[in-house]
Amino acid sequence: MMSLEKYMPAWVKRIGLVTVFLLFAAGIVFWGGFNWALEETNKEEFCISCHEMKENVFKEYQNTVHYTNRTGVRATCPDCHVPKEWGPKMVRKIQASNEVFHKILGTIDTPEKFNAKRAQLAQNEWNRMKANDSKECRNCHRYDYMDYTEQGNRAAKQHPQAFVEGKTCIDCHKGIAHQLPAIDQHIGARNEGAASISHGEKPAEKSAEEKK
Amino acid sequence: MRFIPALALAAAVLLSGAGVVSAQENLESLRGKAPINQEVRTDNMFRPEKDQDIIPRNFQKQPPLIPHSIKGYNITQNFNKCMDCHSKERAEETGATLVAKSHYLDREDKKHTNISPRRYFCMQCHVPQFDAKPLVENTYKPAAK
Repeated sequence: MMSLEKYMPAWVKRIGLVTVFLLFAAGIVFWGGFNWALEETNKEEFCISCHEMKENVFKEYQNTVHYTNRTGVRATCPDCHVPKEWGPKMVRKIQASNEVFHKILGTIDTPEKFNAKRAQLAQNEWNRMKANDSKECRNCHRYDYMDYTEQGNRAAKQHPQAFVEGKTCIDCHKGIAHQLPAIDQHIGARNEGAASISHGEKPAEKSAEEKK
Repeated sequence: MRFIPALALAAAVLLSGAGVVSAQENLESLRGKAPINQEVRTDNMFRPEKDQDIIPRNFQKQPPLIPHSIKGYNITQNFNKCMDCHSKERAEETGATLVAKSHYLDREDKKHTNISPRRYFCMQCHVPQFDAKPLVENTYKPAAK
């Protein structure tokens, strides 16, 4: 025992070997618990435990390819809306406290209220995905590995073109999992004055041509 | 004497009634003889056809057919997915067929700068193609141009 004490740092001697082991075990338990709680709040079931999500966006998502498809490989809420990497994930989780705050306030607790806010909420997500180059899409859809011969005519034509122009997924693929807010599409008086949807910036030469 | 026509009429009604009954026995709906409260399993579900080039029209003024999959393309109060590519603002960039000029006319044939709201539901006239074969054989031939 005396020989072991020779190798122990001073602080271990001060608090004792047993305490050190107990602290170590407690660390594992607390970190595991933290991670467990984090993962619990990162599940589809957790997201739709709020009726705001279940009655609006989840219902819309159920009609889309990310909910049900040929092979049953799914992208659930956190796959698109929470970053996978630890750092950005923590940032997003802390930002989510604002969402908890508005849940308590009942900001979007009816479909009418939700739809009134839809444009703003959608724009938030579009901005986030635009800023991180559609990182969450690219966790699965990597364009370096896309086989254009397997894609439909239209996709095979548009994808290489868009990537050359430096566009990101969300530039074109808006409203693929949820319904879009009102967009002015020049059809009668419908949605006149509503936001027009952005399809990403046009390449510089083309916009210069248009000015002529 | 007066009720002979009445008798004839009654007989005719009876006979035609019998005819209807026998016709009903022969009639079979697409779901077969399954009772109304039971589901019928159909193994031959129709699948959308693969993306293809523009499908030629069969007669003058036929609404062009949709030569591509439209899975997940919604037309809602807020957004018309078709117009995301086929509108005049977007068609050049996407290479889609432009909405016809007739779609800008209202019911009084007055031209507007916006697409007429009566054309909002594209699939009232333009339909995608499935691999469904005609239920009844027919001898229809496209009109020659």
